[in-house]
Amino acid sequence: MSEYVLEMDNIVKEFPGVRALKGVQLHVRPGTVHALMGENGAGKSTLMKCLIGIYHRTAGSIKLKGQEVDFQSPNEALHHGISMIHQELSPVPERTVSQNVWLGREPYKNCHLDHRKMRQDTVSLFQEMDLHIDPDEKMGNLTVAQMQMVEICKAVSYHPDVMVLDEPTSSLTEGEVTHLFDIIRKLKSQGCALIYISHKMDEIFQICDEMTTLRDGEYVGHDFAAETNVDALITRMVGREVSNMFPKTECEIGETVFRIEGLTSGKQVKNVSFEVRKGEILGLAGLVGAGRTETVETVFGIRRRDAGKIFKDGQEIEIKTPEDAIRNRLALLTEDRRGNGIVGIRSITENTVLAHLKAYGFPLNHKKMREDTEHYVAAMNTKTPSIEQPIMYLSGGNQQKVLIGRWLLTDPDVLIVDEPTRGIDVGAKSEIHSLITRLAGEGKAIIMISSELPEVMGMSDRIIAMYEGAVSGEVVRGAPEWNSEYIMALCHGQNG
Amino acid sequence: MNTKSMKKVLGQNSIWLVLLAMCLALTLSTKTFLTAQNFMNILTTESIIGIIAVGVMWCILSKGIDLSPGSVVALTSCISASLAQQFVYAGRLFPNLPDLPVIVAVLAALAVGTLIGLINGALIAYTKIPAFIATLGTQLIARALAQLYTNAYPIPELKPEFKNIAQYNLFGVIPMVVVIFVIFAIVSGYMLTQTRFGSSIYAIGGNDQAARVAGINVEKNLIKVYTWCAFCAATGGILLAARSGAGNSSVGLNYELDAIAAATVGGTSHTGGVCRISGVIAGILILGVLKNGMMLLKISPYLQQVFKGMIIIAAVVFDMRKNAKKN
Repeated sequence: MSEYVLEMDNIVKEFPGVRALKGVQLHVRPGTVHALMGENGAGKSTLMKCLIGIYHRTAGSIKLKGQEVDFQSPNEALHHGISMIHQELSPVPERTVSQNVWLGREPYKNCHLDHRKMRQDTVSLFQEMDLHIDPDEKMGNLTVAQMQMVEICKAVSYHPDVMVLDEPTSSLTEGEVTHLFDIIRKLKSQGCALIYISHKMDEIFQICDEMTTLRDGEYVGHDFAAETNVDALITRMVGREVSNMFPKTECEIGETVFRIEGLTSGKQVKNVSFEVRKGEILGLAGLVGAGRTETVETVFGIRRRDAGKIFKDGQEIEIKTPEDAIRNRLALLTEDRRGNGIVGIRSITENTVLAHLKAYGFPLNHKKMREDTEHYVAAMNTKTPSIEQPIMYLSGGNQQKVLIGRWLLTDPDVLIVDEPTRGIDVGAKSEIHSLITRLAGEGKAIIMISSELPEVMGMSDRIIAMYEGAVSGEVVRGAPEWNSEYIMALCHGQNG
Repeated sequence: MNTKSMKKVLGQNSIWLVLLAMCLALTLSTKTFLTAQNFMNILTTESIIGIIAVGVMWCILSKGIDLSPGSVVALTSCISASLAQQFVYAGRLFPNLPDLPVIVAVLAALAVGTLIGLINGALIAYTKIPAFIATLGTQLIARALAQLYTNAYPIPELKPEFKNIAQYNLFGVIPMVVVIFVIFAIVSGYMLTQTRFGSSIYAIGGNDQAARVAGINVEKNLIKVYTWCAFCAATGGILLAARSGAGNSSVGLNYELDAIAAATVGGTSHTGGVCRISGVIAGILILGVLKNGMMLLKISPYLQQVFKGMIIIAAVVFDMRKNAKKN
């Protein structure tokens, strides 16, 4: 038998128009913790989804204990000894802890559920894992950390050979992380292999034995934790040429048009301050969950503001709802296009004029609506058979162009774009990049959130990095710190 | 007109073809269907449900529902009747009431109905409870209020001027209740396509989060929707009292379900964001013609309900398959 419990070789995964994995390898030894590293969008989650059968790989081989496997569903993978703890948990909140653990495989005695066995098995499982949770408690009453522990115990009850943990510590406190690591060490000593996905460098060096790094869907290297360090790893993760996909042109930067001071909202946004000037593109860099989306949502009146002030053209303004924000000439292209961007079932025209309905009078001037829509469809080079087409039938890139048109129609002074090119094919991506640059050239102030470091560095005049809800640093284009290693370190909460 | 746009027009109005086919079949199989009198009968019978339907379609469009209109009809029929009883009638509900002009009765009933709509809207918009629950609650409450108000006795002997609101024949042939239905259909359709309010509700029904980000005040708009729906129902209540010559706390039972059925058959989507006034009117007429036709064909009333149920289900299945094909 080979020294690896899991061998993934030359894995290729293609989506329509995108090659998400371009021949990736991952070899995991039993009884080790193997970190899977890479920036957002490097292909880590895609690789794991190919492993457990959520996605079906386009090419490549997966061997589990030397046997070639091809799982059709996560359930099949589970029964062959591979379990995955997802970042987003999916418990059944109204059922008890033990009902959740044995969901779908409840023990029977004669022809009825064996509640006693279910409970006893849960108790002994928890004892083994040193977990102090009442099996009869409702799942919904647990903290997120507790739910995660229960989820891990549930995975353990399948006696897996390989367990995948995707960002397991993102919602845990330090004490809880220590407990999680104890459990991981215990599993390791029992010979289980763990694949650990995390952005937290210090944790990775605490718990992991080996690491495999991906970049842009490609395998870039394998290291032993003992033989590498944080800096080397960050260089591996980002070490690439910033392509000329970003047509950055220098443009005149004027006076400050927009400023926030001490913005706070719940636990996600902590005392955030920044300003943006006329003609400037301000990049907000950070990892997924760093609080960037929450910050701009608070600015825009979508999220409740607990503290902080907002200034526009030197005057303090009051924003309680998106309506207030639009009146003050702000615009927000949201991150979640389907969730709060498009109205899928309605036409391109209706989607274009949505934020600007006040301009069409009473009765509504349909002719002007159509003219405005035609104008932006042409200006954005949006591909659609007709402007009466429901927007849901367009591709992601074309939907995004319609939404940008929606906001340009309101003639904003400050345009906030949140992950403007996520899930968009390469062609539309560079069109959107040049558009944003052109808008800055026309004197609009632009705030751009992007989790892709090359994008945010290619486009911005200045970058603010955020980490865990707070600003962790600022770098101006041209400064000596303007390099991907330094900015990546800021995004990881390290001071360069 | 080229074939492509012809196809589009036909596709959007296929429901009118269904109606036409039904009328054709009934014309061939009965002697009495194709007469002016019978058509006026259908319209007169369906007008009140129709007025409720052009109100409740807004709730469905916004991804909600309103179950209270039937009870609002009962309550407003009692309120308007109680204020419009003949002065000389000894058994008046309020014997000491002065001789009020008819308009007072109408306005009082409209005000009470509208208030119930405001409550529905505020509950749904601000407490975020499902529309089904909120309006189920007000359905029970409004019906009970009507019974408490009248002690569950009918309120007869209404003034001729009041009865004329529904019974007067315009140009000697068109009953007022039909005229008012047409007015409500026009107003509702106009609001839907020609006002910001209509555009906002399409967006809210399609994706309320997107509407919110685009600066639309979702809560305020939802309140307007439920208020308009209840206003329509209150109008229906007044017309019912005027037409039948009495207020009664037991009338209007299941009217909301007939109205919801008509709007649904007319292509209003319960997943929100889709509604056309022409479709809803066709839906009202289809259910009306079906009822009328089966009566003329002397089909058992129990069997009639079976057909009605089948039509409603078939309409929605057809609609969903049409949309699925586009995907």
